[in-house]
Amino acid sequence: MRFSIYRFDPDKDEKPYMQDYDIALEPADRMLLDALVRIKTVDDSLSLRRSCREGVCGSDGMNINGRNGLACVTPVAGLKEPVELRPLPGLPVIRDLIVDMTQFFKQYHSVKPYLINNDPPPETERLQSPEERAQLDGLYECILCACCSTACPSFWWNPDKFVGPAGLLQAYRFLADSRDQATAERLDYLEDPYRLFRCHSIMNCVDVCPKDLNPTRAIGRIKDMMVKRTV
Amino acid sequence: MKSYGIYELNYAICEFKHEISVAIVRRKFDAVIVGAGGAGMRAALQLSEAGLKVAVLSKVFPTRSHTVAAQGGIAAALGNVTEDNWHWHMYDTVKGSDYLGDQDAIEFMCRQASEVVYELEHYGMPFDRLENGKIYQRPFGGQSQNFGGAQATRSCAAADRTGHAMLHTLYQRNVQANTQFFVEWMALDLIRDEEGDVCGVTALDIETGEVMALQARATLFATGGGARIFSASTNAFINTGDGLAMSARAGVPLEDMEFWQFHPTGVYGVGVLISEAVRGEGGYLLNKDGERFMERYAPNAKDLASRDVVSRALTTELKEGRGCGRDADYLLLKLDHLGADVIKTRLPGIREIAIKFAHADPIHDPIPVVPTAHYMMGGIPTNFYGQVVAPYKTGPEEVVQGFYAVGECACVSVHGGNRLGTNSLLDILVFGRAAGNRMIEDLKKNRHHKHLPADASDKALARLSRLNDQKDGESVAQVGDLLRKTMQTHCGVFRFPDMLKQGVEKIGEVAERAMRTEIKDKSRVFNTARVEALELENLVEVAVATMVSAEARTESRGAHARDDFPNRDDDRWLKHTLYFREGQRLDYKPVRLKPLTVESFPPKARTY
Repeated sequence: MRFSIYRFDPDKDEKPYMQDYDIALEPADRMLLDALVRIKTVDDSLSLRRSCREGVCGSDGMNINGRNGLACVTPVAGLKEPVELRPLPGLPVIRDLIVDMTQFFKQYHSVKPYLINNDPPPETERLQSPEERAQLDGLYECILCACCSTACPSFWWNPDKFVGPAGLLQAYRFLADSRDQATAERLDYLEDPYRLFRCHSIMNCVDVCPKDLNPTRAIGRIKDMMVKRTV
Repeated sequence: MKSYGIYELNYAICEFKHEISVAIVRRKFDAVIVGAGGAGMRAALQLSEAGLKVAVLSKVFPTRSHTVAAQGGIAAALGNVTEDNWHWHMYDTVKGSDYLGDQDAIEFMCRQASEVVYELEHYGMPFDRLENGKIYQRPFGGQSQNFGGAQATRSCAAADRTGHAMLHTLYQRNVQANTQFFVEWMALDLIRDEEGDVCGVTALDIETGEVMALQARATLFATGGGARIFSASTNAFINTGDGLAMSARAGVPLEDMEFWQFHPTGVYGVGVLISEAVRGEGGYLLNKDGERFMERYAPNAKDLASRDVVSRALTTELKEGRGCGRDADYLLLKLDHLGADVIKTRLPGIREIAIKFAHADPIHDPIPVVPTAHYMMGGIPTNFYGQVVAPYKTGPEEVVQGFYAVGECACVSVHGGNRLGTNSLLDILVFGRAAGNRMIEDLKKNRHHKHLPADASDKALARLSRLNDQKDGESVAQVGDLLRKTMQTHCGVFRFPDMLKQGVEKIGEVAERAMRTEIKDKSRVFNTARVEALELENLVEVAVATMVSAEARTESRGAHARDDFPNRDDDRWLKHTLYFREGQRLDYKPVRLKPLTVESFPPKARTY
């Protein structure tokens, strides 16, 4: 199978280039990550992040034939050849398929992604009805792989100012939690021409999310909450 | 994300092997934690919230640690669904351990279970809920009411993504507490001074290739498991037993390394975990004749018997030709009868995995499964405060000053010969918190950093320079494959005397080859070839310890099933193994049969 992979090692390369690999896959090499691990046995200098190999740790996000996805849950069968692999777009490249995610996590941290509840906790659990808990479905499952934010033109333009789909999905995860008490504070932070309102519903995020989550819908709900509180 | 707080810089000059002087940056912290999974982050939270300066090192961004892949739940006798109490949980855990678990630590864990689960809920953990608003609980294997009576319902769950929800919740809480993470740093070696006290670690910044000495008054290992020593494993690539290898190299023994849990249901041919929650919710196993074969092996608990029992049953079915498929080499996990609603709401992650990795939608089709290496019951010996203990002068359990270990890398031992499902997430919460608290206490007493030995980082630097300079060496991938195949063939679910004997020899050969690995990639920047070569050295330590310990234990107990000694032998073997790297020496220490406050559960025949 033929691959064309983005290569750049700042320790020796002046500029990035695409390297071709022609590799015989074994029957057990079902996912793209298996193929990359196989390539690495031939060329150990090819660098990428990977860990769980089952789509839950979020390490191996990359741009696969022009579309962001996780290598470990992308079947090799059906990929158009040569399979063109590039690092996630819009973030600085550290090396090969590895990007510097500082900006991405900075935006995630900016939304205070933790439960804020100033009441003294009860002896047992805080109660939450199944219906209230269901509000968190489709939000808490995010694996922070950055496929969505790095597919978003608004994030490409303003990674320092626009929170991006992943961060906003998590902002809504806490806004939607019946146990959280910081709604006003959270909305105040997001009421800004960039942080939230740079989202123009292009929906690339929804298209690429490997966990089938819908950041655009979450962003819409945050906007609804803002409208409601002004009425 | 890289965060560098305020730290002191000191420069220590180290004599390099080739007489090149290399300046190594030294940083000082109150505490260093290696590993940012559930255990490391739970401990870090205690320290950060107490205002201490703690550095948490992780090979991967914290939420990518393997706790993220835990599925089924956290055991705690909340009694939200069926009547329950911690004492019943304790009994189940002792029995599940095949009486090798230390009963003081087990009592400690089960007593605190409810409290740590409620605490996690207060942190924001998105547990599933019952109609009355309380935390949802599901039945899991080995759980009983009334000391071996009816099935208990004890595992607190967030769908089948409990580990993911928990790891993210702990990370989020650490963000709030301003914990300082060193992301994509790999610890290389433990630093001990001439008195044997631990004063930090040598570590590699993977992104820049820089090696540093991190000096601390307290060092905690929470490096997770090492089931990557087997070919068929549910574990992530990163689970290479780094903490164990660093401890062994520094002269600390490893406890009970012959005990590895094979999870009954890994996806056939892939290894990805299918949670026991499937059977907890009512799924069951079938052989090629469509027979629900667990009824023969465990007439009462059936598919919810302990994992060692179920894995042996699957292996026996396969050996006796009742496997499915062309090569009769897998069995089927059926759950379509649960209905689409239950599968979609309680087991959505499993459905996703089955569709992606087995091309089977469990709403209609059974999932092909095989027993798969999953969890290391053994590890770095500790007491229930998380302090590392080793025989030194006065007894088998002397505290190694300044050194702590929690989670899968540690052996407290609460799991003994076999861990019960959902006790691992509990283990990391309880002992992560306990170790954090103990470190805070100890730090109050030990106000000053111990002097770093001049040769603190020499061995780590020598290993790196050997690797860098190696010519005509071995391929890391090939030696790694051979290691995994050797362990899989010689030290699997059932263990045979001649295979173990050969296994010790073969793994010794692998170890020698691993000393001669060569990498082509010499870059300083994010050199993953270097990381993988270092990980292979760590896997070798874990594999050798496992093989040597397994060959020596001539009985069957928990997950260690010897073909030539099929029965448990309490007279000779009711004791913990201690493996010392130097000379591959074995020693033993007694099991702590006396709990903290309640009566001991004496060993008796174990049936399900």
